[in-house]
Order: sequence, then structure tokens, then C-alpha cells
Amino acid sequence: MTTSTRTEGTPAPTGPESFFSVRDLRVRFSTEDGIVKAVDGLSFDVERGRTLGIVGESGSGKSVTNLTVLGLHNPKTTTVDGEIVLDGKELVTATEKELEKLRGNKVAMIFQDPLTALSPYYTVGRQIAEPYMKHTGASKKEARARAIEMLTKVGIPQPRSRVDDYPHQFSGGMRQRAMIAMALVCDPDLLIADEPTTALDVTVQAQILDLLKDLQQEFGSAIVFITHDLGVISDMADDLLVMYAGRAVERGSAAEVLRSPRHPYTWGLLSSMPRLGGSLDQPLSPIPGSPPSMLTPPSGCPFHPRCAFSGEVGGDRCATVRPPLGEGRAAACHLTAQQKQTIFIDKIQPRLR
Amino acid sequence: MLQFLVRRLIGACVIIFLIGAFTFFLFYTIPQDFAELSCGRNCTPQNIEVIRENLGLDKPITSQFWEFMAGIVNGRDFSQGHCSAPCLGVSFDTGEFVWDSILDRFPLTLSLTLGGLVIFLFLGLGSGLLAAWKRGTVVDKAVSGASIVLSSFQIYFLGPIVLGIFVYQSGIMDNPRYEPFTENPIAWMVGMIIPWCVMATIFTAQYTRMARSTMIEQLQEEHVRTARAKGMKQRYVFFRYAWRGSLIPIVTILGVDLSALLSGAVVTEFTFDLAGIGRLAVDSSLTKDLPVTMGVMLFGAFFILILNIVVDLAYAYIDPRVRLS
Repeated sequence: MTTSTRTEGTPAPTGPESFFSVRDLRVRFSTEDGIVKAVDGLSFDVERGRTLGIVGESGSGKSVTNLTVLGLHNPKTTTVDGEIVLDGKELVTATEKELEKLRGNKVAMIFQDPLTALSPYYTVGRQIAEPYMKHTGASKKEARARAIEMLTKVGIPQPRSRVDDYPHQFSGGMRQRAMIAMALVCDPDLLIADEPTTALDVTVQAQILDLLKDLQQEFGSAIVFITHDLGVISDMADDLLVMYAGRAVERGSAAEVLRSPRHPYTWGLLSSMPRLGGSLDQPLSPIPGSPPSMLTPPSGCPFHPRCAFSGEVGGDRCATVRPPLGEGRAAACHLTAQQKQTIFIDKIQPRLR
Repeated sequence: MLQFLVRRLIGACVIIFLIGAFTFFLFYTIPQDFAELSCGRNCTPQNIEVIRENLGLDKPITSQFWEFMAGIVNGRDFSQGHCSAPCLGVSFDTGEFVWDSILDRFPLTLSLTLGGLVIFLFLGLGSGLLAAWKRGTVVDKAVSGASIVLSSFQIYFLGPIVLGIFVYQSGIMDNPRYEPFTENPIAWMVGMIIPWCVMATIFTAQYTRMARSTMIEQLQEEHVRTARAKGMKQRYVFFRYAWRGSLIPIVTILGVDLSALLSGAVVTEFTFDLAGIGRLAVDSSLTKDLPVTMGVMLFGAFFILILNIVVDLAYAYIDPRVRLS
């Protein structure tokens, strides 16, 4: 049923055989203040063995999208439209039971803060073993051996004794390793990492990123890597999706997007990043204004109230017409390709050096 | 662990001693002659003299205090005979040993507490969990609404209504009374059922609300979400992950409630005309029977301290982050 609707729907930009694809996803929360459009028409694809980076400010809908993939949103207050297809299986309409079988098994998630995301009440070993027992039917003994194996794999010293430790006996970096071990225990085909290094210090961050890359090579999983850290993304991602106000505003390979960004919001993100080689007196240039309220998102292009270049489009198209995001390498902006290139070379590139 | 227990028990003894000292000296600030209080009607000056000597009131306060404290540990001799440890003195009013009166009343208090406890834990936590599980549904609204209404009731209000319906109007039940469990378990249960239910109603309502709100809080914890993201069944996540975290606040309140109930459920006892520790305390205070008041107070303090230690042990069992050292 799901495959038939998929072929009738909009064609996927990278061919219909994508391993994991999200089509026109819309997520709305009803709150006391009104309806929040957390995700508004998002589409992307990820292939096996590839990493898609999703960047954007807080509240741009990055995390919501990925909680929705696993059905971890609150079903009473949330409405989800669109399609999420994983290996030919439609997830939006899947039952709780079907999702339970996928979670931790075919799709696993790594959360931002390993201190709060691991239960303080059970040993690390038990928390790693639990999904393994559930999804593979392994015995307690086998699952424990597997937990030790996974702890070894993610580089925890003395895994045989650490397996019986509680999360509070681990350091921050070790906790995140344990969380990765937990996520990978059933060899998931898709790994969603929601800001996995944000709570860690920089050296540990680099170790965790290396670990994730090594494990991806070993298991061949697809990774969706959510972050607001552009430095991390250039290290991790093959492809990149820039999100703003619940929509994708720019898409392309990570190298292309970071080297020659085409959307004013991406320009803003890149310019606001401090540079090691930059001169000391060069001020950072943050994006003016703040992210829009998702209760009343701006009309037209949601970025237009903060955009320094909306004047160059002419008329009030930025405020009235929502710019579409094209296929493949694309940016959702009314500026012409010529304008984008001129602005980028003249005004943006000098700032990035 | 053992070290923790020993340290806490020593601490408890020190606190008991301090409470004893505090109450003892506080009483002596009352400008009244204890010999006169204890003498009752038909008092002659000679009688008073005898009593004064018997009670040791002719000795200095410090040695009186010492005798009282030593009596708790070693027992004491009075004109009535030997008062074995823990000796809390002699009642002015009845001439009985205080410890004997307490022991006399305690089975009722214990029965009342334990019976009520079983009912309100079972019903209160059960309906609280149900409401949290069915959050936002009709079931949740009904349970939450009922618990708010019931928790605003009072035992002295609900008690007479229940008595009126089941005892005076229909005659289905007899007036509540205490039969020792060891003699006749059935009569014990039948006699206590009305007090249990009325008392438990109010507690049930409170525990329902508490269980519901802590569970809802816990269900929003990130580690609970992680457990779901691992594919664990909702029921498993509910009972293994969320419930475990809810236990701490519940155990805390339970410790407080239990020690209050064990040192005498005054309102319940008066409502149903039962003679337990609570009644003993109030009566002694009304008749200025100071040794009894003091004894009951120390007895209550003992439960508070013991239950405190038990609650701390429970914390360590529930939450591995709590280290006993």
C-alpha cells in the first residue's frame, strides 16, 4: 500500500530506490497557544553508508523530524502528514507495534545528553543488553556477552567490569560511547544522531566523531547527523540539509554547500562562525533578529524578515511567495543564480576567510 | 552499609536523648507541683509528701533527669514495684507504668496503621498509575476529579457518615472495636474495617494524586524516551523506567505518613471511639499526666527516627547514585 502511494507521489530527487526517504513531511503540534508548525514540507533522502547532516538553529525542526521517524512524538497533540519510507516501509502510518520492532533494531537513535538520556537506575550493561534481548531473542547471558563486545568496540577500557557500572560512574565521553554502543547493539541500518557531541568537550567530541565514522564503515549504516555545529558537520557529513523554520532551505553535498553556499541563511550561519585563521579584531557577524515563532511563521519566505538581500529580489515576492526548493543541489531563495553568485563572491566570501 | 546503619543508629540514640532532655526540662518550667497533680482528690499534705518522695521530686532536677534516662535503659524501682526497661516512669493519673499503657494501646494503633496502609497503597498507587497511563482520557479525568474531591474530605466528616449508613441505619456492621488479631483474626478484621476504609479513603486520594503527577513527570524524562527509542514495550518502559524514578518521592512521603500514623492516629481514634496511642496522648495531655505525654512523645520520636533510616536505605536500594557511606 505504501509503495503504491510512493510511486504515485512526487518523484524522489535521487531516484525512487532511496534507502531512507522523507517526503513532504509536515508535523504540527496543537498547544494552548495554537498550532505549531514544527516541520513544514520537508523532504530528503539518505542512502546506506552515507551520512546526511542536518543543520539549523534551535527550534528549526531538526530534532522533531527525527523523533517523528521513530514515532516518539506525542500522538495526542501531534499530527504528522507526508511520508517517511525506510527500506520500502512506510513509517507514518505504521502501528506502534511495528514501530517497536524497528526502534533500536533497524533504526537507532543517539541523543544529545548522555547523562539524562541513560537511565540512572540500571547498569550500562543492562541498558545495552535490553534491546538486544528484545530484538534478537537472545538470552541474558548472550546479551551480556554482546554488551561487553559492544563496549569493547566503542573503546571503553575494562569492558568486563565496566559493564556492571551505572551511568553515573562513567565520564561524559564514556557515557556517550555507551550510548553509541546501545544504539549499535542490533546493527541498525539507520542511525539518527541528534547532536551527539554537543554536551562533550572538544577533544572527546573528536574521538566520538571518529568512532562514529569507523563504526559506519564497519556496519555500512546510513547516518542522519543533526547538529548546529558547522565545524562538526564538515567532518562528518556527505550530504547536507540546511533547515530554517521547519523547512529545508538548502541542500547539496556537504563540500558544495560549505564551499559555495547559495542561501542567505546559510551565508549567515557560515559568517557567524568564528575562524581560527581570522584576524582578532574582525567581529563575528551574527544573523540579525531571532528565529521566527512557529505559531505564526512569516509569510512567503520564512527567512525574509532577517534577510539582508530581500531588497534585491524586487517587489514583495519574498514576503508573499514561498520559494520552492528544487531538486538535487538547490536553495529555496528568490534570488537568481546570477545574483546569488555575485553576492556570495562580493560580500560573503571575504568574510569567510 | 553496616557502617551507615551503625552510624545512623547511634545518631538516632543521640536524638532520642536530646528529645528526652528537651521535654523533661520543658515540663519543669511548668509552674505546678507534680506531687499535687499526681495526688488527685482527697489530698492531704501527708499524701503529697509521700508522693513527692516516691516520685523523687525532693531530689535536684539533674538527678531526677538522670534517673529518668537511666530508667529507660536499665529499668527503675518504684513503690508499685520494679519497672523494667524501657521504663518511662509512672502515670500520675492511673499509677500504671507508662510503658505498659503504651504497650496496651499499641496493638490497636499498629492494626489501624497496617490495615489502612495496605488499602491506601494498593488503591492509591494503583489508581494513580492508571490515571498516568491513561493520561488525558476520561478515566484519567474521573480518577483525578475523584481524588481531588476525596482528599478534601476529613476523617471526622466521612467517619460519622459511614457509621450512620452501615451501623445505625442498616445495622449491617457493628460499631468499630478492637479485637486482638491473635485471638480472633476474623473479628479483628470485621471490627477494624470501617476505620481502615475511612482513613484509607483520604490517604488513597493523596497517593493517587502523588503517583499520577510523579509518573507523568518521570514519563517526560529523557531516559524514558531513550528506552522507548530502543524499542522497549510501552508497558515495560512505564513500569521499569518511569515507575522506578517515581518511587523516591513516594517512599519519602510514605515514611512521613507512616511515622505519623504509628505515633497515633488521633482523629481516626476519636472518630471511631478507639483507644490507641493517639487517644492516650491526648488524654494524658488533658489530665496533665506528664509522664505519659512524655512517654508517648518519645515513642513517636522513635518511629520517626527508625522510619527515617528505613527510607534512606530504600533510597539507596532504588537509586544507585545514592551511596551509603
